[in-house]
Amino acid sequence: MSSTTDHGAGTDGNPGTPPSTDDARSDRLEWRLTIERLSSYWLLGAGLFAIALFGLIVLTLVQQSIPIVSEHSLLEMVTSSNWDPAQEEFGFLPAIVGTIYVTVLSMAMGTPIAILAAIYIAEYAEGRTKMIVSSFIDVLAAIPSVIFGLVGLIVVVPFVGDYLAPALGAHSIGLGIVTVSLVMAIIVTPFMISLSVESLEALPDELRESSLGVGATKWETIRSVLLRAAGPGIFSAILLGFGRVFGATIVPAMLIGGQTAIPDSPFDAGETLPTLIVNDFGELMSLPLTQSALILVGLMLLVIVWLFNFGAMLVRRRLKRRWQY
Amino acid sequence: MSNQPALRTENLEVTYTGNRKVTALDGVSVDFAENALTAIIGPSGCGKSTLLKSLNRLHEIQPNAEIAGEVHFGDQTVYDTDDPLPEIRRRIGYVPQTPTPLPMSIYNNVAYGAKIHGDYSREELDDLVETCLRKVNLWDEVEDRLDDPGAALSTGQIQRLCLARSLAVEPEILLCDEVTSALDPISAEQVEETLESLKEEYTIIMVTHSMDQARRLADDVVFLYLGELVEANDARTFFENPQADRTKEFISGHGASTYLEKSSDESDSETQTDEQVDGSRDRPTAVEQ
Repeated sequence: MSSTTDHGAGTDGNPGTPPSTDDARSDRLEWRLTIERLSSYWLLGAGLFAIALFGLIVLTLVQQSIPIVSEHSLLEMVTSSNWDPAQEEFGFLPAIVGTIYVTVLSMAMGTPIAILAAIYIAEYAEGRTKMIVSSFIDVLAAIPSVIFGLVGLIVVVPFVGDYLAPALGAHSIGLGIVTVSLVMAIIVTPFMISLSVESLEALPDELRESSLGVGATKWETIRSVLLRAAGPGIFSAILLGFGRVFGATIVPAMLIGGQTAIPDSPFDAGETLPTLIVNDFGELMSLPLTQSALILVGLMLLVIVWLFNFGAMLVRRRLKRRWQY
Repeated sequence: MSNQPALRTENLEVTYTGNRKVTALDGVSVDFAENALTAIIGPSGCGKSTLLKSLNRLHEIQPNAEIAGEVHFGDQTVYDTDDPLPEIRRRIGYVPQTPTPLPMSIYNNVAYGAKIHGDYSREELDDLVETCLRKVNLWDEVEDRLDDPGAALSTGQIQRLCLARSLAVEPEILLCDEVTSALDPISAEQVEETLESLKEEYTIIMVTHSMDQARRLADDVVFLYLGELVEANDARTFFENPQADRTKEFISGHGASTYLEKSSDESDSETQTDEQVDGSRDRPTAVEQ
C-alpha cells in the first residue's frame, strides 16, 4: 500500500509541492539528466580501463616472448629439463614438474580440510565459538605469505628434514617440494574455507528445513542437499585456491631449495615456474634471450591462472543454472 | 472435531535469546484436531511460524531458541522423548513457505525422504513417487520429465512437488507454512485444492496470512496475537461468532481484504523483527541464520 515506486521521482509535477516553479524544475531535470548521461560514460570508461589493462599486459608478454619462441620450439622447451641460459638452453620441464607437484600436493592436503572446516563453521558451530573460529580463519587468510615463509623456515623445514622424510624412508634437506606444499596448504586453506563457508551460508534455511522436515538427519542434509546446492561455490573456491598455489611466488622461492633438475622425489628440492622467474631475474638485462624466456614463463603462468579462474566461473554458472542455488 | 487431538501443545513457550531476548510464544496451549485442516492466523510477529515449527522442533535449527512446555503427539511427547528427532519429523512433516526444490531431479525430490527411511526396491520407489505426485495433482505435468532438475519446474509446481516430497515419507501430520504466499493466484488455487484433498488422509496445520484462505480451507482456526493464544475454535464459530474481543476486531478490521496486512508479506522472521524492514520483504533469512 505504502510502497512508492519511484519512477520519475517527483519530476512529474505532483500537486502539493509548491516551492519550485515548473521552469526551475525542468532546468533541474535537464541538469540531472546530463549528469546521468555523463556518469554512464564515466563508468563505462572505468570498466574499459580494466579490460584494456589486462589486454596490454597480455600483449606485452606476448610481444616480449616472441624472440624466444622464434628461436626455440615451444614444445622442445616445455619438454627439456636442461636450463642453462649461458648456453642458450631453456628447458622449462623441471619448473613445470615442480609446479604441478606443489599444486597437487597442497591441494590434496588443503581441500578436504577446507571442506570439513567449512561444514563445521557453517553448519555446526554456534554463537561465540563460531565467531572465534571464523575470525581466526579470516586472520589467517590475511597474513602476508612472507610470514608463512619465515615460520616455514623455522618450523616446517626442520620438521620435514628431521622427522617427516626419515619417517617415510626418504631423505630431505628440509627445503623442498613437500615443505612448500605443506606451507602453501596452510596458506590456501583458510582462503578456501572462507569462500566455502560463504556459499554454504548463502543457502536458504528453507533448504535445510525441507530436508530435516522429511526426517533427514543433519549429516544426511549436509551430504545430499547442502553440499550439492553449495557445490558451485565450493568448487570455484577450490579452483581459485588452485590458481593461488599455482601462482605463489614468495613461499616457494624461500622454501623450495632452488634446483634446476627434475626432482626424483617430492622430498627433493626443486623449482616452480614463479621461482624460476624470481631466481633468474638478475640475469634479465644481460641476456636478452633469457629475458624473453622468463617472460614466456610469465605468460604461461598468466594463461593458466586465467584458465583456472575462467573455468571456475563457467562451472559455477553451469551448476547454478542447473540447481538454481 | 475428532475426539482425540492429533497434536496438543501444553504451555508452549519459545524464547529467542539473541542480542535481544524475544518471547515468540508465551505459554500457548492448543489442540489440533485429527484429519482436519487447522489454520493458524494472526498479524506479523505474532509467532505463527514459531508455533508451527516448534511442533516438530524445526525451530531448533536456529541458534538461541529456548523452549519450555510440551507438545503431545498421540500418547507421545515431542520434546521430552526418547523417540529420535528424525522419526518425529518424519511423522510430522514440514513444507516451507518458499517453494524449495532440493538440488536433484524431480524424481529424487520425491524419493529423497523415502530413500532415507526405507529400503525400497526400484519398482516400489517408482510406485511411491507416482502415487505421491498423483496425490498432489502433479503427475500428469511431470510424468515424462522426471529426470529434469526440480528447479526446472514453475514455482507453483515446485510447491506441489514439496508437498509430494513430504507425503513420500508417510507422515501423519503436515505442517504448511504459508505455502501459497509465494505463488500466483492460479498456482495458489491448485495448491489449495491439493490441500483440500489431502486433509481426508492427513492432519494439516497451516499458517496463513490470508483470511479468505482460512475461510475457504480451514476446519479450525487458531488466532495468535503477540505470542499468545487469543482464540482457537472451529472455523464457523470463529468467523461468524467470535468469542474474544480481539478476534472480533481482527475479523472486522481485516476481513474484507484478502491479506491481513500489507507488511505480512514479511513472512517468517516475524519472531525476531519487530521493526519491519521494507527492503527485505522477501527473504528475511539473514535474521534467521
